[in-house]
Amino acid sequence: MMKETSFALIGAGFLGALTLSGQQQPPTPPPPPQQTEVHTSIVGSGGGPPKLAIAGFIAVSPDAETVAAAKTIGDVLYDDINYEREYYMIAKDAIATVPKPASIDQVPLDRWKELNADGVIVGTVRKGPSGIVVQVKMIQVSSGRTAFGKEYTGSVANPRRYAHTISDEIFEHQLTLRGVARSQLAFSSDRPAELMKGPVRNRDVQEIYIVDYDGANPQRVTTSTTLNVAPAWSPDNQVIAYTSWRPSSAGSFGVYQDIILSFIHRGDRTTPASGSPDKQNYLAAWSPDGSKLAFTSNRDGNPEIYVMNKDGSGMRRMTNNPAIDVSPTWSPTGNQLAWVSDRTGNPKIYIMNADGTGQRTLVGDAYSDRPTWSRGKFNEIAYATRNGPGYDIKIYSFATGEATRITDGIGSNESPAFAPNGRHLAFTSTRNGKAQLFTIDRDGQNLRQITHEGNNKFANWSQ
Amino acid sequence: MRQIHVAGIAVLVMALALAGACGKKKPPVARPLPPAPTGGGTTPPVARPPTPPEPVPETTAIPPEPGIKDDLLSGNLDAINKNSPFQPVFFPLDGFEVDGAGQQALATNAGILKKYPTWIITIEGHCDERGTAEYNLALGEKRALAAKTYLVSLGVPADRLRTERRATEFPFDPGHDEGAWSKNRRAHFVVTSK
Repeated sequence: MMKETSFALIGAGFLGALTLSGQQQPPTPPPPPQQTEVHTSIVGSGGGPPKLAIAGFIAVSPDAETVAAAKTIGDVLYDDINYEREYYMIAKDAIATVPKPASIDQVPLDRWKELNADGVIVGTVRKGPSGIVVQVKMIQVSSGRTAFGKEYTGSVANPRRYAHTISDEIFEHQLTLRGVARSQLAFSSDRPAELMKGPVRNRDVQEIYIVDYDGANPQRVTTSTTLNVAPAWSPDNQVIAYTSWRPSSAGSFGVYQDIILSFIHRGDRTTPASGSPDKQNYLAAWSPDGSKLAFTSNRDGNPEIYVMNKDGSGMRRMTNNPAIDVSPTWSPTGNQLAWVSDRTGNPKIYIMNADGTGQRTLVGDAYSDRPTWSRGKFNEIAYATRNGPGYDIKIYSFATGEATRITDGIGSNESPAFAPNGRHLAFTSTRNGKAQLFTIDRDGQNLRQITHEGNNKFANWSQ
Repeated sequence: MRQIHVAGIAVLVMALALAGACGKKKPPVARPLPPAPTGGGTTPPVARPPTPPEPVPETTAIPPEPGIKDDLLSGNLDAINKNSPFQPVFFPLDGFEVDGAGQQALATNAGILKKYPTWIITIEGHCDERGTAEYNLALGEKRALAAKTYLVSLGVPADRLRTERRATEFPFDPGHDEGAWSKNRRAHFVVTSK
């Protein structure tokens, strides 16, 4: 019943551009010749999660660059697959007891059986006409069949990208699970350690940065030498909307906040909310279809929630009361918005229909902020709520009507942002001193520190 | 300058050293706040020469009064804001109402704004680090707006007042205790045009 799956060969150099353009989705490989494809799945033998061994990537070409790339791909693939906690990863020291296969077709399955492995991943890296060629196989140990096999080619500049692509494609193929290995986090950082210009000196700038989901490859997006916070990826990952303190024109040294849409691949920017010292705009959130932005503005004299089309047309006020209304987020369908209001005396999470009707409290926690609605299959809203001197992240489930605390009261934990598959969150924590970005799974497990340099806040996960 | 020079000639011998000293001295040194010059009797201190040959009845020339020239008009914006004449308004935790002490501070600030009718100021709303990053942006704004509303009620034209939220991003005191936090929960006044 089990048969080898397609072994797709793709020749496109889609891994070539490793700068910002590198995050564009690689072209889909041509559909394999239609055979009666039978899906081979690696399943756990003892009822537990499947046990997986990364046997390693063999450097077929002996040059140092290829050898280094092969090692990186193997190491990063281990971390990428481990991240989703779907497989039990056989420890690296146990793997080291098995001799590396001489070729991708000579995997000592008997030895892997002794280690109780259900699946083995093995690969090769060799020099190609331009860059490298990476071949990978996931083998079902019990049958020797190939459960997943593919070949990739591209630049050697960022070997991690091959591992991320392999990981995402294995999860998609084996578990119909959208992995996050190729996703990125945008955030605000004071790491340039530069001071602002203007009448208010001696204050650090904050710039928008992007980093891989695992903390590698930080890239600076803004260079405006001012305060830039709260980045938000558009659903197609082509635009980052952020809040920036802009110098006002016409003789005044003052600055005002406005929402900037940065087309990161084109390199241009727009300011659809047309801010000014009297019309300040901040904290933008994209609608799921990418056509609209919800944000806060004082254009009518008080912080209220507004919605506009991404070109600035169709401006609509959603809240109207003397309290603070701030920090909007859209439901996955775009039919509702959650946000923060202190109309009852302290900030709480509220919810309304996308036309502004039906405004009501969602959770009773007294001081809560930054709701973020999961885009994944779980209908949940994560938020930060006061817990003693600091804050903890909670997740409200619409299925149960209950909120569960997922951080542990260590340091202050706030500004949660869901991964596109809804299984992980990024957030800010002071648990190790300075404000740093961490990721954690929605069940409170798998805590990882992502940033280490400077203070880093306002995480937002690419879609 | 010119009068000093004339005086130097008049008492040429005696005041040679003195004149040199006077000549190097800068013309009227700007005075600290409040400017209000109290006329008369402002004889500049004169260092007596060690052995005066003869006291001369003619006094050294009194420099012309500086008029209404003062630090706040002559200084650049950086200098003004470094020693700001404006008093900050402080707020309670999570709050944005102006209390009695805040009203007094704003009355003082309104007086300064009336005295310098061309100034445009930006009111920065600040928060302490204990609030969350997003809500603090709005809370900072509410504090700035509360201060602005009160100043307008005292007769300051609204178009001379800008508001800006600084939230927790710019602490005045980087400390992590109530002493620092109370300093950071404030409306802060910055002259942005004069």
